[in-house]
Amino acid sequence: MSFFRAEDITISFGGIRALSQVGFEVRQGEIFAIIGPNGAGKTTIFNCINRFYDLDEGAFFLEDKDISRIKPHEVAEIGIARTFQNIELFKNTTVLDNLILGQHRSRRSNLFTETLFTPFVRKQEIRGREKAEEIIDFLELEAYREQRVINLPYGVQKTVELGRALAMEPKLLLLDEPSSGLNVEEAEDLSFWMNDIKEELGITILLVEHNMRFVQQVSDRVLALDFGEVITQGSSQDVLNHPEVMKAYLGEEDAVA
Amino acid sequence: MRFIMKTDYYQDIRLFKYRSTFFWYLALVIGCLMLPLGLDEYLISQLTFICMYAVAAVGLMLLTGYTGQVSMGHAAFFAIGSYTSAILTAKGVPFLAALPAAGLLAGLVGIVIGRPILHLSGLYLAIATMGFAFIVDEILVRWESMTRGNMGYYVDPAAIGPLVFDSEIRFYYLALVVLILTLLAARNILRSPTGRAMIAIRDSEVAAEAMGINPAKFKTMAFAVSAFFTGIAGSLYAHKIFFINPESYTIFLSIELLAMVIIGGLGSLHGAVFGAAFFIFLPQFIVMTKDYLPQYLQNQTGLQPALFGLLIILVMLFEPLGIYGRWLKTKFYFEMFPLYRKDSFKREKKYQKAERR
Amino acid sequence: MELLNEILQTVLSGISIGCVYGLVALGFVLIFKATEVINFAQGELLMLGAFISYSLIGLLHFPYWAALAVTVIVMGLLGTLLERTVLRSLVGEPVYAIVIVTIGLSYFLRSMVSMIPGWGTDTYGFQTPFAEKFIRTGKLVISWEYLAIILITTALIFLLFSFFRYTRVGTAMRATSQNQLAAVYMGISVTRVFSLTWTIAAALGGIGGILLSPITFVHMNMGFIGLKAFPAAVLGGFGSLPGAIVGGLIIGITESLAGFYLPEGWKDIAAWIILIGVLIIRPQGLFGIQEKKKV
Repeated sequence: MSFFRAEDITISFGGIRALSQVGFEVRQGEIFAIIGPNGAGKTTIFNCINRFYDLDEGAFFLEDKDISRIKPHEVAEIGIARTFQNIELFKNTTVLDNLILGQHRSRRSNLFTETLFTPFVRKQEIRGREKAEEIIDFLELEAYREQRVINLPYGVQKTVELGRALAMEPKLLLLDEPSSGLNVEEAEDLSFWMNDIKEELGITILLVEHNMRFVQQVSDRVLALDFGEVITQGSSQDVLNHPEVMKAYLGEEDAVA
Repeated sequence: MRFIMKTDYYQDIRLFKYRSTFFWYLALVIGCLMLPLGLDEYLISQLTFICMYAVAAVGLMLLTGYTGQVSMGHAAFFAIGSYTSAILTAKGVPFLAALPAAGLLAGLVGIVIGRPILHLSGLYLAIATMGFAFIVDEILVRWESMTRGNMGYYVDPAAIGPLVFDSEIRFYYLALVVLILTLLAARNILRSPTGRAMIAIRDSEVAAEAMGINPAKFKTMAFAVSAFFTGIAGSLYAHKIFFINPESYTIFLSIELLAMVIIGGLGSLHGAVFGAAFFIFLPQFIVMTKDYLPQYLQNQTGLQPALFGLLIILVMLFEPLGIYGRWLKTKFYFEMFPLYRKDSFKREKKYQKAERR
Repeated sequence: MELLNEILQTVLSGISIGCVYGLVALGFVLIFKATEVINFAQGELLMLGAFISYSLIGLLHFPYWAALAVTVIVMGLLGTLLERTVLRSLVGEPVYAIVIVTIGLSYFLRSMVSMIPGWGTDTYGFQTPFAEKFIRTGKLVISWEYLAIILITTALIFLLFSFFRYTRVGTAMRATSQNQLAAVYMGISVTRVFSLTWTIAAALGGIGGILLSPITFVHMNMGFIGLKAFPAAVLGGFGSLPGAIVGGLIIGITESLAGFYLPEGWKDIAAWIILIGVLIIRPQGLFGIQEKKKV
């Protein structure tokens, strides 16, 4: 049994192939990175997993179940959470509300009980806050708890988005360029957190990234992509030193730090 | 300035954040209850209209202000509520059953009509709802066996048991109670998962979807709830003025309702009430200032709508975020006193980037 | 043959009224493309144009073509003035606030017209060179009044098309409608573009007014035609200039046919039913481009 698998993923937009026969497998409990230069089709893979786009060919499997025909909102229900490259937070609400929104799939109340705000709904709300508090603790967001997201600095917003994804209690976490826009310190923090997410929470991580140093630091295995095609995949050491990768990605042969 | 020390989670979800807020609202309710004592019948009836329109505005606020879906057809739900209630009470159904039935039918129609059109974005949704309202209006005119068409429909006064709401004061209390219940219900929805899902859809539909929120389901739900409250308001309206005909439910009512929530301030329940009050009081205000204008202008029938339009423009120029936005700033000023700076609310002007070619 | 004639006749009158819808819809689309705002006062601009041309022709005895030119100029200036005094200070504010301002503007303009001496709440008409002139081909009788509308609209469309295609200013306006910030960086004055957009939209409204007057006569509620032009613009896919004209034609023809062949009452809602039907199948309108947010 494989944990998460992509088989022959192919998709084109207006005649241009964005992804062509891409296949890879993510093992349970590892951090798997997809690298490649701009426009290689990295984020497109995430958008396909999230069902924002329909695949032309191929399929994704989570625990051997085909998940490439379900509705977009059902992707969260089967345990896949994600963050976005350009931050898609609910920006007029507080950090706390964002974290509670992440737990939407644990909603057991209905419109009727909510309108009356029955004791059950109250309990559910309090439970939601307790869980949000754990995440606030984990990601050290205490200072921003009540603040509206729109007023927060970029790095904090990225952390909140990570927290919101964690609040979904996923099996598989998709991170879209998690280190972009972060300063060195913030990126350090992030790599520690990712390790903790893997080790302590037991969540498998699939990330898309173009910061090579960061990839080398956090990932177990790597897939390199260029022009929608797989160049190579394997352990992070091997892939990052692969001559083809260096050529496609860096242009020079001596650039890996 | 106020510092909040929280000691347990329930503090976050209480209806009133601080004990003082509770007392302020209590004072407000008592004030509203006492108001009729000092006012003449006409002003009481204006207050009733505020309560009524506020109920409808709360409904539209949930849809437009919180879910981000613009409807320009809410007059249709208002009409459905009015006619349902009028016809049912005429057939002998007690008002206490007809009132919720009016809301429920409006809500049901909301689901039926909402389902196929709610995937439309912004402008397209607004226009589709507008078309729906035109169609409903035409049905009201043509379905004479049921609605008596342009002849209009006489409506019985509302009655609960032996209590008949036929005086201005009594009906005012009825409308006030309905408004308070509406506000409580709306508040409850907003502090639970459904309300949060609605806000999530407004702020980022893609992210909401990635959180497992089904946009179609929650948009339809918001549409239905919104239609429900508007239908309730429609029912009250019918029993307030005792005579309804399709001419009361035109596109202008839809636009007025929308203007109410925007002028009141999108994304706040306060705003819905402020907006309703603004729209009812503005004509009164214009009538009062009429005496100070030149003789020639005073006698013009166009004067009132002209000033109405002008004042709407001035209010939006002065405060693009609506009355609630101004309210927050005023409150902030007093809370921060004397630290308030003029630039505290300086807005960043944004350039538009259209996502089209 | 008789029936065919009848249908042709109905379609023709539908086309000409559709052209007017299209002109008003063009005004909507122009302002929307430039500023993302729906101008609810677009119909009132048409009404104002009609009143101005009535004053020129009916009261001051201008020749028709001179009146047309003067109306366009006056309306253009009025559009500039409106932009300067009211809308400019709202640039960068939330779009819905600006939309409400245009609603206020429509109330204001409509009632102001009723207060101006010589205009008021009555209905007026004026002489046009096309009145009571017909072209007969076989049994088909085409009124010059309708034909003039169609011809003038066609000419206007070509004019506008070449303006946006071939002039620097037109290109700048198209650029601004795509990305204001980038346009600013390229040295385009976005405020000037807005100003010009309102000028053109108001002038279009003025032409619409003078064209519509012989058909519906001049009165203060003429502006409600905006409520027909709005679905026309959406039908074409708000944001597409040819779409606005096509949408206007579709609505005009539908309305005209429904008014002739369907029972009373259908005339006013036929267009809406078609619109909702189209939107359910094609959510972006006929000529619109499906927009998907990039994440």
